[in-house]
Amino acid sequence: MTPAISVTGLTRRYPDQVALDDVHLTIGTETITGLLGRNGAGKTTLLRILAGQEFPSSGSVRVLGSPPAENENVLRRLVLVREDQAYPDFRYPDFKVCHALRAASFCYPNWDAGLASSLLEDFGLRADKAIKSLSRGQRSALGITIGLAARAEVTLFDEPYAGLDAVARQVFYDRLLADYADFPRTVLLSTHLIDEAAALFENVVVIDRGRVVLDTAADGLRGMVTTVSGPVLAVDSFTQGRPVWERRGLGSQASVVIVGQVSGEDRERARSIGLDLTPLSLQQLVVRASGWAAGAGSLTERTSA
Amino acid sequence: MVREMAGLDEGGPLFAQVAERLAGEIADGGLAEGARVPSTNELAAFYRINPATAAKGINVLADEGLLEKRRGIGMFVAAGARATLLARRRAGFTDRYVQPLLTEATRLGIDADELIGLIKEVSNERGGVAV
Repeated sequence: MTPAISVTGLTRRYPDQVALDDVHLTIGTETITGLLGRNGAGKTTLLRILAGQEFPSSGSVRVLGSPPAENENVLRRLVLVREDQAYPDFRYPDFKVCHALRAASFCYPNWDAGLASSLLEDFGLRADKAIKSLSRGQRSALGITIGLAARAEVTLFDEPYAGLDAVARQVFYDRLLADYADFPRTVLLSTHLIDEAAALFENVVVIDRGRVVLDTAADGLRGMVTTVSGPVLAVDSFTQGRPVWERRGLGSQASVVIVGQVSGEDRERARSIGLDLTPLSLQQLVVRASGWAAGAGSLTERTSA
Repeated sequence: MVREMAGLDEGGPLFAQVAERLAGEIADGGLAEGARVPSTNELAAFYRINPATAAKGINVLADEGLLEKRRGIGMFVAAGARATLLARRRAGFTDRYVQPLLTEATRLGIDADELIGLIKEVSNERGGVAV
């Protein structure tokens, strides 16, 4: 099957920097992928290129089998919700939420008006409200509503929830999962609230300084890296023969970060010799992968082994 | 903040935790043999996880013969699943509970006879398990 997104050797140069540097990426159809990385890592540039809103300096980009730039057949099957989504409210001061939805309904063939109005209700957003009077969070809610109700085959969210509180973000995650279950599509969501969104992802792609440093199944990372702490002798005997990321000691206590799944049996054994096992969360893992590209490379090898 | 996932945690792959939860329900009789198992989408919504992850959890139990697929209807608890799971749990009982108990008892200077005495005492108080 043709992948939903296929990127090879993609580079995007600006006069003062390289935003994307030889990116290779394949995203399968009907998956939810987390696009993770620090601010300025290149996530937004990548999403804008996928949505045909920006052009590669070199390399090839295919979305639904074709280059997206100025390609009507791809673009009407794709939606990008931007962090800084602009609406024509500065030209038309009376432009309302319902007008934005109406415009979107013309753009997207799978548009579901019922879903849009139920999302507005969940977010507490009135359809007759003027867009220029919306708060930051309400603008985000409108963007998310359009992104989900478009039911586009390729749905791209770029940090879609600026100004949204935890309750509204929960609405977004739950509604995304529910609608995805009924209408599977390819979703790419860039976020720095990694732990919050982690369980949504089938795959994660981590970008750092324009390069892909990690591209793997999300669930395989869970429990892949563990901090073992306790009496130094017990820690040493337990961690012997395991790949170690980091080791710290203080007097008779030690704390060692190991790579590799810990079996239930080993877990019991650790507890019985007085050790504490704390798994690194996906967020902690990504922070380390981004700050330390070499370490991330070796982690990928181990997880795929 | 890690999202609330109805009791799942970061300690290991979510699919394995989903499989473990379902196995636990079958062993405890909450999901009787022949009963329909929640669908992938129901599990995904309940745990707030990706449906592919939930499906992988169900497949673990199906591969072990604990669940069986009835075409077009869904997954059901297979005959004999509960007995298999209880036997497995029983086999792990010593490692999981008795060994750590003995380790901690030794640390506190409690010998085997004293330990047995303590167990009987608590059991009598509960009026429960016969020792």
